[in-house]
Amino acid sequence: MKRPAFKLRRLVAMSRKETLQIFRDPSTLLVAFVLPIVMLFLFAYAVSLDTRQVRIGVVLESDSEASQSLAAAFAGSRYFSVTPARDRREVEPGLVSGQLRGYIVIPQDFAVRVQRGRGDGLVQIITDGTQPNTATFVSNYAQGVVSAWQASRTPMAGVLPPAIVLQPRFWFNPEIESRRALIPGALAVVMTIIGTLLTALVVAREWERGTMEGLFSTPATVFEILLGKLLPYFGLGMFAIGIGSALAVGVFGLPLRGSVFTLFLLAAVFLIPALGLGLLISTLAKNQFIAAQLALIAGFLPAFLLSGFLFEIRSMPLPIQLITHIVPARYFNAGLQTVFLAGDVWSLILPSLGAMLLLGAILFAIIIRKTKKSLER
Amino acid sequence: MSTATADALSASAPSIRVDGVVKRFPGVVALDGICAEILPGRLTGLVGPDGAGKTTLMRLMAGLLRPDEGRITLLGRDTVRDQGEIAELTGYMPQRFGLYEDLSVMENLQLYAELRELPAAQHKETFERLLDFTKLGPFTKRLAGRLSGGMKQKLGLACALMARPHVLLLDEPGVGVDPVSRQDLWRMVGELTDGGMAVLWSTAYLDEAEQCESVLLLNAGRLEFAGKPEELTRRLEGRSFRIREPAGDRRRVLAQALDLSAISDGVIQGLSVRLVTRAGASIDAVRPLADAAQARVESVAPRFEDAFVDLLGGGPGGTSVIAELMPPVALANDIAVSCTNLTRRFGDFTATDRVSFEVRQGEIFGLLGPNGAGKSTTFKMLCGLLKPSAGSAHVVGLNLAKAASAAKNQLGYMAQKFSLYGLLSVRQNLEFSAGVYGLSGAQKQERIDEMIEAFELQRFLAAEPNDLSLGYKQRLALACALMHRPPVLFLDEPTSGVDPITRREFWTHINGLVRKGVTVMVTTHFMDEAEYCDRVALMYRAQLIALDTPDALKRQVARHDDHEPTMEDAFIELIKRFDAQAAAR
Repeated sequence: MKRPAFKLRRLVAMSRKETLQIFRDPSTLLVAFVLPIVMLFLFAYAVSLDTRQVRIGVVLESDSEASQSLAAAFAGSRYFSVTPARDRREVEPGLVSGQLRGYIVIPQDFAVRVQRGRGDGLVQIITDGTQPNTATFVSNYAQGVVSAWQASRTPMAGVLPPAIVLQPRFWFNPEIESRRALIPGALAVVMTIIGTLLTALVVAREWERGTMEGLFSTPATVFEILLGKLLPYFGLGMFAIGIGSALAVGVFGLPLRGSVFTLFLLAAVFLIPALGLGLLISTLAKNQFIAAQLALIAGFLPAFLLSGFLFEIRSMPLPIQLITHIVPARYFNAGLQTVFLAGDVWSLILPSLGAMLLLGAILFAIIIRKTKKSLER
Repeated sequence: MSTATADALSASAPSIRVDGVVKRFPGVVALDGICAEILPGRLTGLVGPDGAGKTTLMRLMAGLLRPDEGRITLLGRDTVRDQGEIAELTGYMPQRFGLYEDLSVMENLQLYAELRELPAAQHKETFERLLDFTKLGPFTKRLAGRLSGGMKQKLGLACALMARPHVLLLDEPGVGVDPVSRQDLWRMVGELTDGGMAVLWSTAYLDEAEQCESVLLLNAGRLEFAGKPEELTRRLEGRSFRIREPAGDRRRVLAQALDLSAISDGVIQGLSVRLVTRAGASIDAVRPLADAAQARVESVAPRFEDAFVDLLGGGPGGTSVIAELMPPVALANDIAVSCTNLTRRFGDFTATDRVSFEVRQGEIFGLLGPNGAGKSTTFKMLCGLLKPSAGSAHVVGLNLAKAASAAKNQLGYMAQKFSLYGLLSVRQNLEFSAGVYGLSGAQKQERIDEMIEAFELQRFLAAEPNDLSLGYKQRLALACALMHRPPVLFLDEPTSGVDPITRREFWTHINGLVRKGVTVMVTTHFMDEAEYCDRVALMYRAQLIALDTPDALKRQVARHDDHEPTMEDAFIELIKRFDAQAAAR
């Protein structure tokens, strides 16, 4: 079987055509340039996983000096916004209606309990179990407030201050601001949209409009046609990561502790499986609607949910943890976090690059097997 | 060029040889043992209705599909084994012309020049030649999406011709092209075949087929005829007749004639009735009918369409069961549909410009015009789907602007491609239309049962419309439109892509309904179908440029030679005259 040879000029012609189309299609430009900006602002300002000023009730059942002091400690905490009450019946409706996330009962015999000196069982903590994360947060922080209160009272009781004071320090993100962890993840999501969704759409559009048939009837090879289509989107993705990183550093104050080179290297390598997935989808679904649905399910949602962007992978159930290993965005997200927050730590970045290359290679191997220059189903 | 190509071109050896090709798709045999040859220097028509297998055969020839059985050789190359070479030797224009609508004319040309590896030094000269050939020179900077249907096809042709192919495959280049642009395309293809190229032109229009030097006639995946179109037409010699301008109701004459066993096919042609007798039968059987209508029976030259219908076993009978069921329509006013200075603007573009006409009850009124002339816009305003920017429209005396829903209840609408609900069963489609037109209870059930019986839909009640044959889809769509017994029926391109037999059946129903007093408004791009109308309005550039009976329109353009003009001649001539007047102003 005689196969036409690869010709660079055909590849260039295809890329040129695709580039022209990108610049003529406002929706593509919107996705490539406006979307990254919108996403970053959204995740920087609107979505915050930091918990501050959670509304709770504090039920003061006794008027002892100790209970007054603890109630004041709660009111003074920056994590809580306190509604004071004398009877738990006053705060229960608030919990039921969701206005309060929980309440703390300082019991009548509180002073006695303090005297007995038992660390636990001082107060009762009721939380709203319908939001498990917040419930855990309320319970932990409430206990923290109680412990801190106890610690601060101890010297007054005449006991020596503890010899060792634990002072936690968080590296890489000292203020534990979620924004810092979220922005690299948001970049990964944006890149997935450009790489996977746009690619799936544009190739499906060629099928839908019948232009693929025209291309196939020329001597151009499938390789030239598809690669010619991918290159401009590769460029678009690199451009988007440039804008996104500039914003992250310039506007949102993220440190870029690694090098710009490593950042772009990560982005370039991530685009291989991202574009590959888009291409694979479009060879399966030759219509834009189905291609978009598939791209959302196979590309966007995993990048959103399984990349460690919003949910920590280590706290997922084991089977889901295993699935995250085939999500390229997972490695990209990890790599970006390293580059932004830690630096060029090659021992962390190289495995990520390797994993993305491997996934990309598998996807392209499937595509080459699946795609023939033919209209056969 | 290799020697094989030179050999193939030098002798008049066939450029393409199709040898026992079978192609199956899940559930259908698209091509069933096709054997054919396509000669160089000749325009070959690939003719057949939608779904006959034309596109499949073209794709097989272009090497885009593989045959399940048999083989195709193109200039000595096997389309499967030597696909790369096939791509270099052929120019292929897919049905939707494979152009990028968001690229300009020049950018499209450049893309195809690069893909076909045209040496850079030849670009300028080649583009000039092609632009001159297609008369697209003034539009090089225009985006392809902004070109008219005809200009798009010419650009598609230019792209397919880029590397001087030896074989040119054109898949339905005439679709969406008005008769004027179509003439241009014919001229262009004529020049190419004179240069020795083999051109295959696929079409569902029989008048196009008639112009080809040789045709391959496909129907339901089988090759029914291969040869010169005249040869096929000649088989019908002495079997085509015309009852010239019968007095009284010519549609009744047609219906009665079609019910005779001697008659295989018949249509309305202007004020006359055209008939084809069965092989071996005599025309004498219709003479009493003609005598009763005080009309002469004259022998006429057979047409290609006569032969095609005869080849497929003749048309249906003349009686429409559904029309029999309809009670006669009696309107208070003789005017069923009217519009005055109807205008519709989209931004600064005027789609319909001060159109006025009146349609009498029981008339078939045709709306004709090139693409983009404003037919659809006018049509949509008349059936209340679009609000006019100025002017007014009335249906059975009801103002569409004031009593839109009352007016809509008085009309039945059958959209292009039937617009049935693919996810509902046949019965559910019927029930939905009945419900939507406000039928309920016993009456609803009665009407549905009536439709099922009249259109013989019992067997398919549980089926989905998409699984029905084209003929049954058409029946179902008509049943849905007629459920509420509307006095006015709007048909938007009702028979596009439908085979001639199914079209005949459709018109039998329409003729029957008209005889009951139903008024029919129809848009069509089949020129011979325009002749079934009582009066025809010709729209061009948003204006109504002519309105008369088909016979009178043809007379307007008749020259002094004895050549009888066709509807298409009339159409082209009237548009030319309008353009000349516009230029003079």
